[in-house]
Amino acid sequence: MFEAILLTIVTAATPLVIAAVGELVTERAGVLNLGVEGMMIMGAVCAFAGSYLTGVPLLGVLCGILGGAAFSLLFGFLTLTLVANQVATGLALTLLGLGLSGQIGESFVGIPGVKLQPIVFPILSDIPFIGRLLFAQDITFYLSIALIIGVHWFLFKSRTGLKMRAIGDNHGSAHALGIHVVRTRYLAVMFGGACAGLAGAQLSLVYTPQWVENMAAGRGWIALALVVFASWRPWRVLAGGYIFGAVGILQLHAQALGIGVPSQFLSMLPYAVTIVVLIVISHNRRTTLINTPACLGKPFVPDR
Amino acid sequence: MRIELERRASASGLFSVVSPILALTLTLLSGALLFLMLGKDPLHALYSFFIDPLLEVWSLHELAIKAAPLILIAVGLSVCYRSNNWNIGAEGQFTIGAICGSILPVMVPQWHSPMVLPLMLLMGMLGGALYAGIPALLKTRFNTNEILTSLMLVYIAQLFLDWLTRGLWRDPKGFNFPQTVSFAPEAVLPELLESGRAHWSIVFALVAAVAIWFMMRFMLKGFEVTVLGRSERAGRFAGFSARRMVWFSMMLSGALAGLAGISEVSGSIGHLQPSISPGYGFTAIIVAFLGRLNPLGIIASGFVLALTYLGGEAAQLSIGVSDKVTRVFQGLILFFVLSCDTLILYRVRLIFGAGRNVEARS
Repeated sequence: MFEAILLTIVTAATPLVIAAVGELVTERAGVLNLGVEGMMIMGAVCAFAGSYLTGVPLLGVLCGILGGAAFSLLFGFLTLTLVANQVATGLALTLLGLGLSGQIGESFVGIPGVKLQPIVFPILSDIPFIGRLLFAQDITFYLSIALIIGVHWFLFKSRTGLKMRAIGDNHGSAHALGIHVVRTRYLAVMFGGACAGLAGAQLSLVYTPQWVENMAAGRGWIALALVVFASWRPWRVLAGGYIFGAVGILQLHAQALGIGVPSQFLSMLPYAVTIVVLIVISHNRRTTLINTPACLGKPFVPDR
Repeated sequence: MRIELERRASASGLFSVVSPILALTLTLLSGALLFLMLGKDPLHALYSFFIDPLLEVWSLHELAIKAAPLILIAVGLSVCYRSNNWNIGAEGQFTIGAICGSILPVMVPQWHSPMVLPLMLLMGMLGGALYAGIPALLKTRFNTNEILTSLMLVYIAQLFLDWLTRGLWRDPKGFNFPQTVSFAPEAVLPELLESGRAHWSIVFALVAAVAIWFMMRFMLKGFEVTVLGRSERAGRFAGFSARRMVWFSMMLSGALAGLAGISEVSGSIGHLQPSISPGYGFTAIIVAFLGRLNPLGIIASGFVLALTYLGGEAAQLSIGVSDKVTRVFQGLILFFVLSCDTLILYRVRLIFGAGRNVEARS
């Protein structure tokens, strides 16, 4: 029983972790993309379509990633090339994503999907208790862990990562040093989009292997809150993702047990917890100021 | 080919008028493309989407009914966005406004008095304002991001409404339908004309738009909004308080969203039910931007977006596409508006070929 709950927590936390770590990279480069929810839902519908049409769920995952990345390019073009307001454009991306995915997915409603099969490591998965939890998961779980490690290494141990952080903290100086601000930001935005797409693919291929309209249900927004919670550090995204995942799953179990609280109030919990967490993290103005990329959300037009 | 921007010395007056029109034209073009891909005759489809609903009296009434909440909410949001407060939770404030306004007709239905309706509207506004006060409080007191908190509160408000209409407030004589008792006649917002359903909410919307336009144009408060939005530092030097502006703009937009909520429930629906809005609070964001955050522009854009709702319903019947097309259209409009707005502040140049080496940087 306990192991089963832990297993569902992992499944619920994985999309949050993946989407948040992608957005973390985008924000470290100084771009605030509020369209995570939209990219995620586009990833979900593309992944379902890919898996349904080819019959190979792994190709579906690929479609999800590509779909999310392609969709984020729209955001990149508007905010980086046309210097449109990032907040408004992010909202636009979410609204368009919700509409477009509903339109694309209309013919998929009610079709049972194919679940992404777990990759079981022999021997390792036989370790009592943690074996099945850590070594018999589907590919998205392994990718989520790899992404955390990879992004941490990239941001803090690699030269390109240093440049990217420099762009996020002061794009004017970075530009003066000859770093390609706009190009790097395009890549960061697309990385964020690809991650959100992968997170969406996890939703429609693993979490609930089917297409349901609006199935992201605010997870994209929670991922955005996670980035703030993590104060833009990859490992904390992992921790935060699992806390949020646990809240989401435990409230479901509480509903099933019928503890006398109306189900609607339990369903509010993940959103309420998000608000509480944001308060706890942000109330110290000084640490927030130190952690936030200084150029986050600011427009940049290269002078010549 | 590359795109290069050059900042204009001042905002282009020509393009601030042309840009929304250009955006709508581009939306129509991509709409035609969309219908073509769905295998429909694009001209016929666009006609039944955007022209048909304008040809009959009853659907003009529907247009006013749908435009009213959009304009009310968007006018409030324009003050928020101009002052750099990103309230995106209007949908939640709409919901709470509807709930607070419904307290009287649901809990004391036996009280028949001409005071009921004005009190309902006031309570709706108060509820919306207080609900928007939560992100304002959190932003001023704890420095939290109002975008995320106001959005989270949308989900909470909707779940609360769901619980109310299925639990506490469910009409015991309602055959188990999840809805409250129907409002008594004196709790229903009266219709405007004999010819159709349009009720007083469109009047509220127009009055609010003109009032806010007057405030932004001729009053110190409007100047304060603009200055603090452009530069908080400059505002501080002028003695304006950014903190108080957070409260003012959030509660104002919350009150208007709440008014929209109770007007919709009282005028169009007649009782509370789990779903009371086809996403007005989010569509109003598009309305605000299409109207270039100008209350008078918002009146026009409110009708345009209301038309997409009606067109979606009409097209469902006449050409057999799903109402999801509406959401796609709305998303496209916002995208094109935001990209065309670049033309107001910048000169856009297309550069073909590799260009000079210096320019190729970045």
